[in-house]
Amino acid sequence: MAGDMHVISEHQDRMTLSIGPHHPATHGVLRVVLELEGEIIQKAQPEIGFLHTGIEKTAESLNWQQANVVLDRMDYLNSLGNNCGFCLTVEKALGITDRIPDRATVARVILLELQRIASHMVFLSTGGLDVGATTPYFWGFDVREHILDIFEETCGNRMNPSYIRIGGLAQDLPANFKEMVDAFLKWAPERIKEIKDLVLHNPIFIDRTRNVGKMDMNTALSYGLTGHNLRVTGSDFDVRKYYPYMGYENYDFKVPVYTNGDMWDRTAIRFDEVDESLKIIRQALDNLPDGPHVIDDRKLVLPPKAEVKQSMEALIHHFKLVQYGFDVPAGETYHATESPRGELGFFVVSDGGNKPARVRVRPPAFYATHALPALLPGHFISDMIVIIAGIDPIFGEVDR
Amino acid sequence: MANQSELIAQAREKVNADVLPALLGAFAGKVEQIPPSRDEIPQVFCKPEAIAGVAHFLDEQGFNMLVDVAGADYYPKRDPRFEVIYHFRQLPGLGMIRVRVRCTEKDQVPTLSVRWPGANAAEREVYDQFGIKFKGHPNLTRILNPDDWEGHPLRRDYPLRGPRALINLEMPADENRYHAFVDEEQPAPGQTKEGK
Repeated sequence: MAGDMHVISEHQDRMTLSIGPHHPATHGVLRVVLELEGEIIQKAQPEIGFLHTGIEKTAESLNWQQANVVLDRMDYLNSLGNNCGFCLTVEKALGITDRIPDRATVARVILLELQRIASHMVFLSTGGLDVGATTPYFWGFDVREHILDIFEETCGNRMNPSYIRIGGLAQDLPANFKEMVDAFLKWAPERIKEIKDLVLHNPIFIDRTRNVGKMDMNTALSYGLTGHNLRVTGSDFDVRKYYPYMGYENYDFKVPVYTNGDMWDRTAIRFDEVDESLKIIRQALDNLPDGPHVIDDRKLVLPPKAEVKQSMEALIHHFKLVQYGFDVPAGETYHATESPRGELGFFVVSDGGNKPARVRVRPPAFYATHALPALLPGHFISDMIVIIAGIDPIFGEVDR
Repeated sequence: MANQSELIAQAREKVNADVLPALLGAFAGKVEQIPPSRDEIPQVFCKPEAIAGVAHFLDEQGFNMLVDVAGADYYPKRDPRFEVIYHFRQLPGLGMIRVRVRCTEKDQVPTLSVRWPGANAAEREVYDQFGIKFKGHPNLTRILNPDDWEGHPLRRDYPLRGPRALINLEMPADENRYHAFVDEEQPAPGQTKEGK
């Protein structure tokens, strides 16, 4: 718009420039109003809300199990993580965390770590594309394609599976699940290493990213940054280590930490996190137990279809769950999980009914996007592209 | 190395044993302890005017991370109907505390965006979705909804399908929509409102 670009009266040498919301480098629909002096950014104000779909409001009108389905549309690169965070929160509110079968828990860990790798691959591909590296784009999406194939075979859907349900999984893992993940684990590390060699020590890439978008730990904490944005500043805060859920304390993995706080670190830490995720998947896959995939509680999960045709009681349970759902005891529950972008927290308020009274999502990318006013000043416009790519916002989640 | 869940339990006990009594003592009458819910995070109710002081007190106790600012509407079950919920965390100390501020739409809740700039956007979202106002906020405007949006969508009495859900052909057209809460006093009968 013409009105967005003008000379500011108090600073005659400055000019405002509005970038986005329809700009390929903003990774979705982010508008940033920049105040420029020459080509140097002096001030930046992000503007969000272009993808606001009222997911929190919609979730209030659905019952607990149904709310799961709209919540995985939020962070569409981490849809299973959204499902899992919400389910863990509701399971905590119901007090059934200890009764979730081991098979469901371990399967959740495997799927979540696969999802993390897929999400990181998109980050590395599109982030590479933003600095002019075209090859990682195809290779990264190739790795992600293999993961989405596993999801399609397992969950029946590639992007928004809603496979993780309150009480366990929607259906049992397919018979060839182990072989599929095994094949991926054999194939992927080499491919990921190739991408790493291509990106990380490339002189052009280093020139574009070193000392760009630096931030120190206290500033990052005060802006509410979590995940890789915080871990590149020297903190080792990872919800999986600090507040373990789903048995993450039993897996042998490290939390990579970088101290420089710039964009190169933000990229490098992703490769290390992928390596750790591969380690977790290997351990979980070797210990994947047999047994039921959902909690044995007919008040919470649908009875098997074959039983519904035979047993009157199963039919009543089926009818009640489909028509009404289940009640969750009144109270407030907060549960944090580590999404690929940081601490994904769910704050759920129940009034004792079959629908949530309030589902608040603590979106990590929302806070990261609003740290842009601290990250951008002093950089060139072309660095803005790198910085937005590096904090890795997903606007489905920022705007919800 | 001790088990992580034991460390979390120890941190929780420490918050319960040390921080909470000190907090209740420092803000007598303003802060009220409530039993924790299933997630076992210690929680307190706090009067709106005291939240800035409480946050400063917690900051001195090592709660250096403001995890989230959330709004909630308990209409029609409670009066005052709104709550602003703050989660604080000690890093790397593991302790967490939840501060719940009960307020009405007329209350002005002091902003925390000076100490935690991340609260700036979160408070804007609470304002946008619930209409709760924050005192001293640098830029209290809508963030997710368009600037000319009517009403505050996450209120419990806001229709799910938006203002148009109330369309009733028998009503006159100008009343045929959702009416947002009006803060200012209505003009007395006989007087006209200035401006529009």
